[in-house]
Amino acid sequence: MEALLSLAVKAIFVENLALSFFLGMCTFIAVSKKISTAIGLGISVMIVQAITVPANNLILTYLLAPGALAWAGFPDVDLTFLGLISYIGVIAALVQILEMVLDKYFPPLYNALGIFLPLITVNCAILGGSLFMVERDYGFAEAVTYGLSSGFGWALAITAMAGVREKLKYSDIPDGLQGLGITFITAGLMALAFMSFSGVKL
Amino acid sequence: MSQTRREMLLDPLVDNNPITLQVLGICSALAVTSSLKVALVMTIAVTLVTAFSSMFISVLRNQIPSSIRIIVQMVIIASLVILVDQVLKAYAFEISKTLSVFVGLIITNCIVMGRAEAFAMKNPPVASFIDGIGNGLGYGLILMLVGFVRELFGSGSLFGVTILETVNNGGWYVPNGMLLLPPSAFFIIGLLIWAFRTWKPDQVEEREHKIQVVEAH
Repeated sequence: MEALLSLAVKAIFVENLALSFFLGMCTFIAVSKKISTAIGLGISVMIVQAITVPANNLILTYLLAPGALAWAGFPDVDLTFLGLISYIGVIAALVQILEMVLDKYFPPLYNALGIFLPLITVNCAILGGSLFMVERDYGFAEAVTYGLSSGFGWALAITAMAGVREKLKYSDIPDGLQGLGITFITAGLMALAFMSFSGVKL
Repeated sequence: MSQTRREMLLDPLVDNNPITLQVLGICSALAVTSSLKVALVMTIAVTLVTAFSSMFISVLRNQIPSSIRIIVQMVIIASLVILVDQVLKAYAFEISKTLSVFVGLIITNCIVMGRAEAFAMKNPPVASFIDGIGNGLGYGLILMLVGFVRELFGSGSLFGVTILETVNNGGWYVPNGMLLLPPSAFFIIGLLIWAFRTWKPDQVEEREHKIQVVEAH
């Protein structure tokens, strides 16, 4: 339990997907102009991340890892090279299913988050989360924790960024730095701030 | 065809750069630039994937039903990335370790998808191939510039060859440790964008609010 808690804190603050691995930067920069949309996108990322990382973990353990197909009678098969294509397929399919389920059973939520869901398939934070899970050999419990907390960390970062940018639009910025340029520098400063969490251990 | 091939190749380098103007593919641009060698490998990988995926998608563009085109594009891109990943693992294992998940993340690199969607679906194969190379190089240009600054001032070397002898090795140069850390990449790209836009003022974004001087009463 303690190990999982420590993993969660690490994934939210120390190894924040957006600010220390730069994942999901395209959407991070593009959709952080207003706090309300940023929160919507953040929540969607968190939900999708919490579903896809454990799902990909199961696929890795029971289908792709060396010897994983022993239950089907192929103990020598190693399908790890198919990893990338399976993960992205799972992500695309799950996002599509999630969209349909939300549309059918939770229309208000669908109206709020619907526009962000297609964006999420190509969000590097989602695929990155699954790839980190593979690289670090997480078990199922760790995968669930990691998925949830790394998604939360990303949501936290984009909300904070949107807060800064809402204020920033009233300031007098040099012409060339307007928009994209100043956003990058702000993100840099935020990343520096998040670095002060490094070394925090539970 | 409104553009010549030469324009198609050179336009994305400065005038329509994928990173500084179209805001695509920033994720990996920041993460893999702490040394030039890694940045170079990443540039080659992204350029090849963009060029070939654009070409294949363009060949198939009349067969792909538009409702499932994203999935089809994803599958083509993912297959190419798997090829790159396997080649790197076989012939450049060290670099493949340093790049870790970022090779896999070429799949979700918006440049590849963006070019497939915006250009390859409407243009013939050869043009799409050239467009892919151009955009890959535009991405690489920024990557190499950032990598150059970070490696030279962060560890005093270029491509692993010592240029500025650091204090630790008995030289005179005190390396700036911050440049090896992730946040520095944000600052360098921010400043690069500033430089590009001062050079090409038509890329400057509109202000949302104008600051006006109000006369004091």
